[in-house]
Amino acid sequence: MSQLTTIVTVVLCITMIVAALMAIRGQSVPIAILAAGLVSLSASVVFLVVASPDVAMTEAAIGSGLTTFLLFFVLARVRGGEND
Amino acid sequence: MAYVVMATGFCLILIGLYGSLSNRNLMRMIVAFTVADTGVNLVIVAVGYMSGRTAPILDAAVPVAEAAARIIDPVPQALVLTAIVIGVGVTALMLAYVYKLYEAKRTLDIGKFTELKW
Amino acid sequence: MIKRFAILVMLLAVAAVFATLTLSYQPDAELNQTARYYAERTASEVGSANIVTAIVVTYRGLDTLGEVTVLFLASSIVGLLLARGRNAKLNPAKPLPASELLVTGSRLLTPLVMLLGVYVFVNGHLTPGGGFQGGSILASGVLLMLLADPLKHFSHHLISALESIAGLFYVAIGVLGIFLAGGFLDNRILPIGELGALFSAGAIPLIYSLIGLKVGAEFSSILANLSATEEL
Repeated sequence: MSQLTTIVTVVLCITMIVAALMAIRGQSVPIAILAAGLVSLSASVVFLVVASPDVAMTEAAIGSGLTTFLLFFVLARVRGGEND
Repeated sequence: MAYVVMATGFCLILIGLYGSLSNRNLMRMIVAFTVADTGVNLVIVAVGYMSGRTAPILDAAVPVAEAAARIIDPVPQALVLTAIVIGVGVTALMLAYVYKLYEAKRTLDIGKFTELKW
Repeated sequence: MIKRFAILVMLLAVAAVFATLTLSYQPDAELNQTARYYAERTASEVGSANIVTAIVVTYRGLDTLGEVTVLFLASSIVGLLLARGRNAKLNPAKPLPASELLVTGSRLLTPLVMLLGVYVFVNGHLTPGGGFQGGSILASGVLLMLLADPLKHFSHHLISALESIAGLFYVAIGVLGIFLAGGFLDNRILPIGELGALFSAGAIPLIYSLIGLKVGAEFSSILANLSATEEL
């Protein structure tokens, strides 16, 4: 059973690194914001695998919920400067 | 497994730092800061992990008498709880500043804000 | 070009430090002394089944008060920065109304989301959860209301009154701890009860509920301020 958790952890960590690279080098700002949300979501599952349910719940609610919303709210107001 | 999570956390910090240093667009810099923040939290939680042990909650799986032998370190989790919440507070402040800067200059390129350069 | 090269050199130096730290890390075999103290004494001294809650609210309660203060500062500064000045546009452009699916769905989902948020912070001492998680879930419910009805103006007075009253009661409970029990923010002002019951762990459910309301109100006020800005 611990083999399975190790495989799941490695897959999630690879997802996180690929998503992080997309977040800093994405083609447009909305894609970068969504990739950062994916990093946060995968981190939340990794927190659960390392036996920290409180941290997982906080990261899921705040990191991939509120931060993505905040970024999209402000992006909607500053659309003119998006391609600078 | 603590090594895997710790190495991933350090990689995320490096990627976030590179993104915030090499991007010109303000919104992309904030996204890179968010990624670096997540990396820091991963590293701190990975330090507290001990293999073979479970979450620090006293219930049927972890009776009170043998708690010290069955749970992982609870202190890094308390620290990371605080860090995540403060991280989102700082992100909200940065975004409010981006809005005001755009209102003043209509651009998001950080090279155009030269009032503080001599 | 020089700048790109300098960034890479600096990042390589930082990566070397990180690699040294990772390779020389030895996981502990036994809990260290602080963690063992918390593991052994939580059930008898604090009475909460969730050890992380006991640390955040009671053992290191002053840090939590500091964190709530930092969040309060952040939401006040966002409100200050985004307040509209005297020469704001007198008739701002009306945003488009939300779609039928969102409006109807939010009528069903918003009470459920609020109920989940309240459940999470009331049960913070029994299951994983607590004030910060429950407060963020409450703010997500408020966000759903904001998205479904963009013309609705949120009463900033209600949110700030809720936040101030929750903060005031939190500090008042802390000061009450000095007079009735061991020290500031001691949770023994109410009886500890038995491990695992809903009304146990002294004042922890009360403190965490107040923290949850305050954090939810702060995040909601940040969201309401950001959505009330005008299109640039």
